[in-house]
Amino acid sequence: MNSMRWRLLKAQLLRQKSGLAALILLGLYALAAIFAFAVPYDPNAIHLTERLQPPSAEHWFGTDDNGRDYFARALYGGRVSLSVGFLSMILSVVIGTAVGTVSGYFGGKTDSFIMRGVDILLSIPSFFLMLILNAYLKPSILTIILIIGLLSWMYISRIVRAETISVKEREYVLYARVSGQSTFRIIARHIIPSIVPTIIVAATISIAGTIMMESALSFLGLGVRPPYASWGSMLNNAKGYLGENFYLALFPGLFILTTVLSFNYLGDVFRSAFEPKVNRR
Amino acid sequence: MGKYVLHRILQLIPILLFISIVSFALIRLAPGDPVLSFVTPNMSPEDVERIRQNMGLDQPLYIQYGLWLKNVLAGNFGYSLNNHRPVLTLIVERLPATIGLMGSAFLLSLLIAVVLGLISAVYKNKLADRVLSLLSYIGISLPGLWFALILIYVFTVQLHWLPSMGMRTIGVHSAWDVIKHGIMPCLVLCITHVSVFMRYIRSSTISQLEEDYVQIQYAYGSTRRTVLFRHILRNVLLPVITLFGLSFAEIITGAFIVESIFSWPGMGSLGINAVFGLDYPLIMGMTMMSSFLLIFGNLLADVLYGLADPRIKTMR
Repeated sequence: MNSMRWRLLKAQLLRQKSGLAALILLGLYALAAIFAFAVPYDPNAIHLTERLQPPSAEHWFGTDDNGRDYFARALYGGRVSLSVGFLSMILSVVIGTAVGTVSGYFGGKTDSFIMRGVDILLSIPSFFLMLILNAYLKPSILTIILIIGLLSWMYISRIVRAETISVKEREYVLYARVSGQSTFRIIARHIIPSIVPTIIVAATISIAGTIMMESALSFLGLGVRPPYASWGSMLNNAKGYLGENFYLALFPGLFILTTVLSFNYLGDVFRSAFEPKVNRR
Repeated sequence: MGKYVLHRILQLIPILLFISIVSFALIRLAPGDPVLSFVTPNMSPEDVERIRQNMGLDQPLYIQYGLWLKNVLAGNFGYSLNNHRPVLTLIVERLPATIGLMGSAFLLSLLIAVVLGLISAVYKNKLADRVLSLLSYIGISLPGLWFALILIYVFTVQLHWLPSMGMRTIGVHSAWDVIKHGIMPCLVLCITHVSVFMRYIRSSTISQLEEDYVQIQYAYGSTRRTVLFRHILRNVLLPVITLFGLSFAEIITGAFIVESIFSWPGMGSLGINAVFGLDYPLIMGMTMMSSFLLIFGNLLADVLYGLADPRIKTMR
């Protein structure tokens, strides 16, 4: 990322105000997740006398079926959802970049071997595999991060590979090769820095996907489990109270929607900042 | 073409074999003893051991896999641990409900997407296009499970228009009854695809509109409607076939979530039950079946594309 790209990005964000809005919203959610302890309610404290109270000045989002403050739960749930999404994204980007650059850089037999492998992995319905693994393994937040991260790097590796192939013929890479630098060094110092924009776009869109996956797994009861809550598991709980207490389903869903929406939108803003060609359409 | 299809079908075999080995290893190496689901408190340890032997679970893993594979090749996927019925029967029973739901969701998404995509492209950068583009962002980012809950709240809880559970009302045998049950699951499955397809159709229509042949048609005096529907649509729909292949994985994922929310009696809810019951013969059957559907869907898309676009054939 050189300074010119940063300037392009800044210009694009200022031009597309909604991109800036998405960034600010995500920043707010991140802050809310970090400073969730500032809410004067314990998200796990059960008050059966105050169960299922609608939103009020005292309980902004009302209380759930155990009388727990729903606003506090939403913030702590966001902490889990956002960090699971973020960490599994990091894992999948790291694996995807490693596999993609190696495959694209070496080309030939290595490339076709790795890409066939990726094809095979893509032909397993990964969501079902995630369900299976979650059911058999000891449930913990770390397990979920590993499962989502290890099963969602395949598309990233394809994009990175394509980009590596177009970069590796550039002169500075050829010079580096002629000057006797090791392959690892060439990939790490010359290839990866020049495909960083592609990786950022892929990462932004990928985190939208990982957050969705976590919420789906937790919704089905196979992801984050009590005492922890995430937006997905809050929806699972809300399922039983649709009739009288719709707000229980409304709030976590709105959080998931706005988060995923912002990441998807931001991904497109990044893309048009880094690839000015796209703008024209 | 025939040779190509044959080649592709032969390629399926090693892929499916590989998938079966990986998933068998994963499931059988995971903690949890399948024998325990047969054990009752008054059984002696010898009885438990006998069951283990009868099920072949005392053998090394590769022999167990070999046995499983031998049975599968003979068309026997084993018996479900939970209700002791043949896995294949269970899956085949559930297949029509899932295929019906997925098929109608796909067709409906395509139909809506073509209309919206064309509107978007024709009114590029105008109000209609901007509104549709915002909607498509929301559509892509909308969590299906939440959308399902909202639909249930509005149409079942508030308006009492649509049933939210199952596929049929007990004792009613009419197509309309099935459709009524299917509307909400179908809509939930549609929402993401409409957005993806719409964007695709929009951008390819825009690039078609810039082509020379469009200008020539206008020069000949064709109206915009004829140009759009007789000429552009044909070129735009072609790549949608590939989208069908690409979206297959998501349709399958969607089916797991949607079927479990609406208790739709298809493969998705069967799979979820199998996972919850740690029913490994059924899980293996489901993994193989859904991988097969996925690969087959991609193959079908490639073949259809080759049939629809003669240029592809010469390239191979």
